[in-house]
Amino acid sequence: MNKARSNPLNTLAMHGALILYTLIALFPVFIILINSFKERRSIFREPLALPDSESFSTIGYETVMQQGDFFLYFQNSMIVTVASLFFILLFGSMAAYALSEYRFRGNMLMGLYLALGIMIPIRIGTVAILEMMVATGLVNSLWALILVYTAQGLPLAVFILSEFMRQVSDDLKNAGRIDGLSEYTIFFRLVLPLVRPAMATVAVFNMIPIWNDLWFPLILAPAEETKTLTLGSQVFIGQFVTDWNAVLSALSMAILPVLILYVIFSRQLIRGITSGAVK
Amino acid sequence: MTALSLKNVNKSFGKVHVLKDVNLDVEEGEFVVFVGPSGCGKSTLLRVIAGLEDATSGEVSIGDEVVNMTPPSKRGIAMVFQSYALYPHLNVRGNMTLALKQEGQPKSVIEERVQTASRMLNLEPYLDRYPSELSGGQRQRVAIGRAIVRKPELFLFDEPLSNLDAALRMNTRIEIANLHRQLGASMIYVTHDQTEAMTLADKIVVLRDGRVEQIGSPMELYNNPANQFVAGFLGSPSMNFFPARIIQDGDDRIMGVRPEDLFLADDGILSARVSHVEKLGGDTNVIAHLKDHQITARLFGQHAVEEGQDLRFGFNPQSAYHFDTYGARLY
Repeated sequence: MNKARSNPLNTLAMHGALILYTLIALFPVFIILINSFKERRSIFREPLALPDSESFSTIGYETVMQQGDFFLYFQNSMIVTVASLFFILLFGSMAAYALSEYRFRGNMLMGLYLALGIMIPIRIGTVAILEMMVATGLVNSLWALILVYTAQGLPLAVFILSEFMRQVSDDLKNAGRIDGLSEYTIFFRLVLPLVRPAMATVAVFNMIPIWNDLWFPLILAPAEETKTLTLGSQVFIGQFVTDWNAVLSALSMAILPVLILYVIFSRQLIRGITSGAVK
Repeated sequence: MTALSLKNVNKSFGKVHVLKDVNLDVEEGEFVVFVGPSGCGKSTLLRVIAGLEDATSGEVSIGDEVVNMTPPSKRGIAMVFQSYALYPHLNVRGNMTLALKQEGQPKSVIEERVQTASRMLNLEPYLDRYPSELSGGQRQRVAIGRAIVRKPELFLFDEPLSNLDAALRMNTRIEIANLHRQLGASMIYVTHDQTEAMTLADKIVVLRDGRVEQIGSPMELYNNPANQFVAGFLGSPSMNFFPARIIQDGDDRIMGVRPEDLFLADDGILSARVSHVEKLGGDTNVIAHLKDHQITARLFGQHAVEEGQDLRFGFNPQSAYHFDTYGARLY
């Protein structure tokens, strides 16, 4: 261990900085959580106070459960996020593998073309996307959202994954070829497990914007049966009156699944099984 | 029957011409070593034989059958890689049996071959371990075992020892030599280490810049090198070269003398100043400067030679080699 890291003062400063950052990052979440368990008056009177016997109330959660089909919204958000991530990872890794593994004419250009999407915000094309969805009859279906999010996530996924796939040992792939594995088996059984940390990174990067997105659900799928959670929560925010209890409760519940998905993916970030394959 | 034959094999990557008209025949049961400096195309040649790269032109035949269009798994070969390339998600048994399962061999055959191979390589206690739980030497043995179970017509080794430490390298070298005796299969072995080449090979192929410089048995190449490159590449320490005019005025040839052919002599023809001495106990390597040329003498036994000393070396004229200015051997 180097000197700077073993110095207790440095360790203290380092942990202090990290703890401070954690507090700052978690503060808004904490405020949302505590206020979701308070009655309306206490939210405004003492927004920073913990709920006590007097101010405690689950009225927000009750409203959320009664008004609108909250579980359906929840389910919609979940389906859209998970399906989009699945397609982003599947197609992104396949494209990245092709770009990094095979020599073909226009390889470089194709890579640049696929990466171009990182620089162009997909929302610029909203009108065209809407027209396209209307023409294909996909408006007010979850497929509309899944397709758009997949397109939105692919450029970054291809960019990150192809960099990582270049580092996967050629010898390992060649050993598979000599042993008679098909290119698909080599891809799914040998290469994908080795780039799992990169896949997890891509998944985390894509998951949160998709889960939180309001724009595309509002435009492409505003129907009651296809509303996502973010869009569903908007019913409590009115132009003149906002039901803060309900909004805070809905938000508190929306945090949970993202948290769970995040834990799942971040576990994958830990390497381990990958070591020992090649020196 | 020839195990492998290459006819005018060429390989280019874009504009870079990597292999130039390679011709080679490997007999059944022969141990052939490709040797050459890095970047000489020896690994590429091995990959072309394995089918991992396509030859740009020329013909590759394995066991009398042209295999240019045959995929690697159907060529009857097995390959051992420098980086072991074990499958991380499979245990030792899984690594060894994967290819047989792909071929659709019956379970009894698979089991029997794994038993034989693991006994041969002392891998029996490790069959249920994963690659990450093995040491470097064990991993290399698993990689060799994975090749053995396939019973290939041709084994290909791509610098298999270069990731091992010196002691292990020597043991594994002996193991590979034993394996070749036991299996009697043809083997092709790529290395840049001339000791491995000399000790293992029935036949050495010296490559430089994608061209075959010379093919022959180790002793043939040592005693009768075709040119200055081969003469300098084989033998350790490598051959001394100096212009012949040092000995005889007006002679523009290049002379080569092996370090072991030099001896100390008071009336020796070469007068040199010692710049460094390596005392190995059994031998003493003297590095000296002959005017501007560095020469190495390998003296047997122990000698009290100091740096800065002026010495005279002699050699038997018959043991000297002569090359023209382009490096071709004259006599």
